[in-house]
Parts: sequence; structure tokens; C-alpha cells
Amino acid sequence: MGWLNAVIQGLLLGGLYALFATGLSLMFGVMRIVNLAHGDLAVVASFLALALVSGTGLPLWIVLVVTVPLFAVLGYLTQRVLLQRSLSSGPLATLLVTFGLSIVLQNVLLEVFSADTRTIDGGSFGTGSFELNGSISIGYLSLATFLLACAVLAAIQLFLSRTGLGRMLRASSDDRETANLVGADSRHVYGIATAIAFATVALAGLMFAMRSSFDPATGPSRLIFAFEAVVIGGLGSLWGTLLGGMVLGVTQSLGAQIDPALTLLAGHLVFLAVLAFRPQGLIAGRTA
Amino acid sequence: MTISQMVTSRAAAALDVSRAARSSKLSAVVMLAAVAVLAALPFVAFSNVTDTLVNLFVLIALASMWNLLAGFGGLVSVGQQAYIGIGAYSVIAFADQGVQPYLAVPLAAVTCVIFAVPTSWLAFRLRGDYFAVGTWVIAEVYRLLVVRIDSVGGGSGKGLAGMSDLDQTLRGALTYWVALALALATIAACYLLLRGRLGLSLMAVRDEETAASSVGIDVRRAKRVVYLVSAAGCGAAGGVITVSSLSVNPDAIFSVQWSAYMIFIVVIGGIGYIEGPLLGAVIFFGLQQLLADYGSWYLVLLGAIGMAAALWLPRGLWGLMRDRTGLSLFPVGYFVRGRDA
Amino acid sequence: MTLLSISDLTVHHGQLRAVDGLSLDLEKGEVLAIIGANGAGKSTLLRALAGLNPPTSGSVHLGGRDITRLPAYKRVSEGIALVPEGRRLFHSLTVEENLLTGAYRKRPGPWTLTRVYELFPWMSDRRRQNASQLSGGEQQSVAIGRALLANPDLLLIDELSLGLAPVIVRRIYEVLPGIVGAGTTALIVEQDVSQAMRVADRVHCLLEGRSVLEGRPRDLTAEQVEHAYFGIGQALPAGSAREGHD
Repeated sequence: MGWLNAVIQGLLLGGLYALFATGLSLMFGVMRIVNLAHGDLAVVASFLALALVSGTGLPLWIVLVVTVPLFAVLGYLTQRVLLQRSLSSGPLATLLVTFGLSIVLQNVLLEVFSADTRTIDGGSFGTGSFELNGSISIGYLSLATFLLACAVLAAIQLFLSRTGLGRMLRASSDDRETANLVGADSRHVYGIATAIAFATVALAGLMFAMRSSFDPATGPSRLIFAFEAVVIGGLGSLWGTLLGGMVLGVTQSLGAQIDPALTLLAGHLVFLAVLAFRPQGLIAGRTA
Repeated sequence: MTISQMVTSRAAAALDVSRAARSSKLSAVVMLAAVAVLAALPFVAFSNVTDTLVNLFVLIALASMWNLLAGFGGLVSVGQQAYIGIGAYSVIAFADQGVQPYLAVPLAAVTCVIFAVPTSWLAFRLRGDYFAVGTWVIAEVYRLLVVRIDSVGGGSGKGLAGMSDLDQTLRGALTYWVALALALATIAACYLLLRGRLGLSLMAVRDEETAASSVGIDVRRAKRVVYLVSAAGCGAAGGVITVSSLSVNPDAIFSVQWSAYMIFIVVIGGIGYIEGPLLGAVIFFGLQQLLADYGSWYLVLLGAIGMAAALWLPRGLWGLMRDRTGLSLFPVGYFVRGRDA
Repeated sequence: MTLLSISDLTVHHGQLRAVDGLSLDLEKGEVLAIIGANGAGKSTLLRALAGLNPPTSGSVHLGGRDITRLPAYKRVSEGIALVPEGRRLFHSLTVEENLLTGAYRKRPGPWTLTRVYELFPWMSDRRRQNASQLSGGEQQSVAIGRALLANPDLLLIDELSLGLAPVIVRRIYEVLPGIVGAGTTALIVEQDVSQAMRVADRVHCLLEGRSVLEGRPRDLTAEQVEHAYFGIGQALPAGSAREGHD
């Protein structure tokens, strides 16, 4: 039954990976930007929450309510001030700018918070669990994380398919110039996409922080998880990303079941296998 | 005679086409002199000077390889640390087998090529930005595999064997010369590759890949050659790092930090110019020495400078200098002058 | 009443001066066709009117307002909609979603989703289909519908007939009177001269970015049009052009 438990835990973790990867997928889909600072932004959110919780003593849910919109605003501004400019300087520029941002964020965190490993204490909710049967126990936190991730993904999906602005996001991703022709201001559309990406990153960062420890150098490995989830699932498809996140979560969880040192390697190997045998991803979305 | 033949022959009669500008003949002499001085340095300077310069040479070599990959091949990799690590571990492994460590450095380059062949097959399935992160994942996989091999020290790394019987001064000098040779070899390799047929193909591919392939350039082959050469160069650099530090640590040698260094050196110096990494490495090295006391703030500054350069100075400092002066140390293009001038 | 007034407009396409000091006026409710050979500057003119190519000099006024420097997305609110060359539908969106992108700026006017479905009756049955599954002619109709949902005062249509069978082209052009009847003015660029002469109230013939012939289709002889189109004897006044072909 250990194996079944591992699969269930992996699926629950996969929901979080999917939530975290959504921003990366969205920014790539709409703007063709791979945000190399994606993981670091999640860690910044973790540290910000940590500082707010320990500094002000506010309950965690209020911190969450503050941090997520704050990141959305930061995302919009980052796009308008930094990324928009890099988009006009060629494809290499966006990669370099986000990579530079990643280095800056990591090292500012290092200076401000030191290299110590931290966690956010979720209290009894963070450690509590209920038993499904003798060998399978499900943590409240894992389950809540998973449900929240699915809810957010569904909300984003609804936004993209049912609202005018969401449609414009998808239209811009297909053909930016024609989207301009029907009235989309691409800078604004890109700003919205980045805002959503940052908000989901902040949310995911907070959940990561409650589940596992983090330090200023954690960002790059988180980025790799997001990237793997996106590629495994298939570029440009939100449901693909959810599937990709779950495949990654289950693989890591099964790898850990064999040998804890295999956790990361198992995920990477599945990613490479997908790359080798099904480069368009499990659910082929739009061609990138 | 077809029209195109007529046009070509008429143009050839009216124009001089040469590879070297006048300035580059002079600069070749200056560069040879500089190399001679650098090579003689262990006889006249203190070992702390030469030890520091080893780092500079490694940076020049790494940056040149990244420039070849990204600036000429259009392959923006964030995973060249894979080959730095494999090169470093190859030297450790060869030394364990009794190979003299300095001789193991070129063997490390060969080992990296052997690893790069199947790796390129996988990595080339990704395009553009996804190639960047994909190569990074591959580097992570190599790190995770290496730490599982107990004979090279697992997760804690290992010391380099076969160096204790060398005199310390001689060892310092040998390391210095090997590093200098590495830097010169990488620059020479870039220059020769780009002057040749491959260079022309690469520039065509970089400018317009579809058109290049339609005029018969084997795009994949051109890119693969660049990737393999770059792997060899980074592997040798990893080997030099190991003979210089006498030990290897998996987390440090496979760190993405190396990619950060390479990228920023090239971006600041000037991507797509052979001179760019040279200039960038000297600036980076200067900053490193200058800001050594400020800890991670120096990396913050570096990141900020890199971002600024990417946004406002897309051709780097060398591009700026070249626009102002027309200077070119390593001309890989052609100069066309009217004969009547 | 003049809806669109272009004066001394010059637009560069890269290094090339694609539109060269062009002036023309368009009356409200009129259908103006711009004809001309490949590279005469027709598409660049339309792209400049839609705000995609910034003009080098000159001015464009729409309903008396200067829109010369307005970005493309703002011109939609001002009342310009372009049906771009090659249709350019959003391929990951359904037919209906493609149409709805046209209504993004929500300009008041007669055109609604229902009206567009009345104009092209086949469309409502296939509104959930992906736009990439449509034939070329169907895509062209969706592109027109998308532009109409913006309720434009001025509808620009670029190379409607490109790559379509003549019978399909004729069928699509049949809806044009209905569109103009609903109060829209149309400026169409057309390579198929006879088609343009059939639907337009007035034609302009462009040659190397300049207007070399202008008039009502019934006032122009086939020879005049041919000469203007190919630039034969362009220095001579229209009507006295040299006979015969080079």
C-alpha cells in the first residue's frame, strides 16, 4: 500500500506544481518569454510572507490575501517597465533580463535574510492529517493546497475562455499584430498576463513555504520543476500543465519511495524521456 | 555567360575583397607580444599574480565558448556547467587511474565531446528559450548522477590525485601555462571555425535559419559542431579549474553560477564578437577583484549591469567600440573596397 | 460628407517608399476600390490607415479628427476596422470567439453577433468549431464578420480574393451592399481589377505609391485602367496614352 500512498501524495503535490507552472506557461504562451526568475519570485514571496508573519504577527491567511495582489501589481509593473522594453530588443534580451533578475533577487535575499534554511509554520493545520485507511493518510495542508490549486486553475481557465480580456490574451498569443487590429493594447494584455503569472507564483510560493524548507538559493530548482511540468504537459495548454504537474509530482514521489536521493532525478528523467519521445508534450496544445 | 556571372565578374574587377583591415595587422603584432609577455610571466612575477590570472584565463575560455554557442550558433544555453563538471570529474577519474593530471585536461575535453553527442540529440529537440532551460535540466541530471558515484566522492566531492610529487612553484607555473594555453586555444578555435566555411554557414543560420537551410546549409550539423566544440572547451576549462583547486565539489562545479558568469561576461563584452568575451572577462575580473569585500552585493550589481547591458547595450562594449573606431582584432567578415579609391 | 481624408501621405516599408505623397478623400457610404499591381503600395496604405505602419509624413483624418499618429488598437475605437491580408484568424479560438474579439472595444452600432450570423447563415451552425478547420473562403467571411463586430465607420478590406476561387470571391462580395447599406463606408484593396470595378463606386489605381488614375468605373475605359495599372505612358494625360503594348 506504500506505493498507492506515494501516488496519492504525488498527485496532491502535482496540483501545486501545476499552479506554480501556470505562470511560466502563461508568460511563454502570450509573450514568448521564459521567465528565468520564476522560481526566485516564489522564494521572494515565501520570504515576504515569513517576514510579515514574524514581523507583524498577522495570521497566515491575511498575509496571503496581502501578498498575492501585491505580486499581481508587481507583475504588471515589471512587464510595463522591464520586460516590455526587453521584448523590443530581441529574443536574447528577455532571457538575459530575467536571468539577471534571478541573480539580483537571489543575492538580495541572501544579504537580507542570510543563507539559513527557513520554513513557515502552518500550525496544527500544517502537520495534521486524516487517515483514509490503514496505510494512506492525507495531510490537511496537502489536500487544501491541491484543492486551492485546482480552483485557481479553473478560475484562470474561465477567465481565458469567458471574458473579453481573457480572449484577447489568447488572441495575442496566436497573433499579436492582429490582436492589435481588433483593439488589444498588447502592453496592457501582456501586463495582465504577467500580473496573473506573478499572483499565482506568490500563491504557490506561500504553499511551498508551508510544505518544505527554503533558502535564498532554492529558486532555480523550483524553476526547473515548473519548466518540467510545462514541457511534460505540452506547451500552451493549461490542462496540459495540470497533467504535467501531476506526472512530475507522482514521479518524484515514486522515486522517493525507492530511494529519497532519487526524488529529483526521477522527475528529470521523466522530463528527458518526454523530450526524447514526445517533444510536443502529453497534451499537444498550440505549437509554440 | 549568364547574367549573374556577368555581374559577378564585373563586380570582381571593380572591387578589392580582403579579410583583414589595416588595423588588424598591427593588432596581430601587439597581440603576439602580449602573449609572449604573459607566457613569460611565471619567471618574473609572484605566484599570487599568476594564480589570480588562472581564474581570468578560465573565465575567458568559458565565455568564448558560450559566445561561440550563443553569439554565433544561436544556441542560448544555461547548462554549460554540465561540461565544466564532466571535465572536472574526468580529470579526477583519469588521475585516479594514474594519468598525469595536466595530461588529463585534454582528455577531459575529449570525454566531454563523447558526452555531448547524445546530449545534443536530446537538447536540440528544444528551441530558443526552452533550449536554455532544457540544457540546465540536463546539467542537473549530470550532477545528480555524479553524486551517486561513490568512487568519485559522492555528494562531498574528491581531491585530485597525482599532484603531490610536483614542486609547488612548478605546479603553479604549469597550471598557469595550461590555463593560458586553454584561453588561447579557445580564442583560436573560435577564430578558425568562424573564418572557415562553417563560420559563413553559422552567420547565415543566425540571420535567417529557414533561408539558410533552403540554400543548402545543413543547419543541424553546423549547430552540432558548435555545440561539440563548446562542450570540449568547457570540459577543458573544468579540468583546469580542478588542477588549479586540487579538488572538486559537485554542487560548486555543476553550479548554474558558471552560466551566469559566462552570460554576463559575453553580454557586457559584446555578443557575437570574438573580442567580446575577452573584454568582458577583463571587466568582470576587475569588478570581482574590486568588489570582493562586498559579498553578494557584487552579484546583485553584476545582475543589474547585465540587465542594463541587455536592454540598452545589446551589442556590448565591444560593439560600441567597434562602431566608434572600426577596430577588429579578429576579423571574420570581409572588407570590400572600391579599386578606384 | 467626407469620412476619410488622406493628404500627402508617405509611408515607408523598410527602406522602400511604398506610399509616396498620396492624397485621397472618401465620402461617407461610398465603396472605394484601390487597384494596382504587386508592390504598388496598396497593402502598405491599408496598414498605415489601420495604424500598423507608422507614416513618414502627411496626415490622415477620420471624420475630421487627426488620427495620423494613433496606435492601431485606438483606431478601432475611432471607427476603423481592417480585414487583413491572408485573413489572419486566431487559430486557437473558435469561430464565435474570433468574431467576439472584434467586439472587444464595444463600439455602439448595428452589428451584433446575430446580425453577422444572418449575413453568413452557415456560420452559426459552426460557431463552436476551431477557426483553423475552416476553408479559405469561410475564414475570409469570419474575418469580415470580426471586423464588422467592431461597428466600424470605415471598413478596410485587404486582398479579399487572394487565394480564393472566383465563385467564392463573388459570393463574399455579394454581402458588400448589405454592409454599406447598414451605414459602413468601405475601402477595399483588390488585385482582381474586374471584381473591383464591379463592386466599387469609385476606383483609384496606384503605381509606385502614387495615384495615377481615379474615377467612377463606368467613366473609365479598359485601356485607361490597363495603362495606369502597368504604368504605360504615365507621363501623358489619361485618354491620350500611346496605343499598343511594349
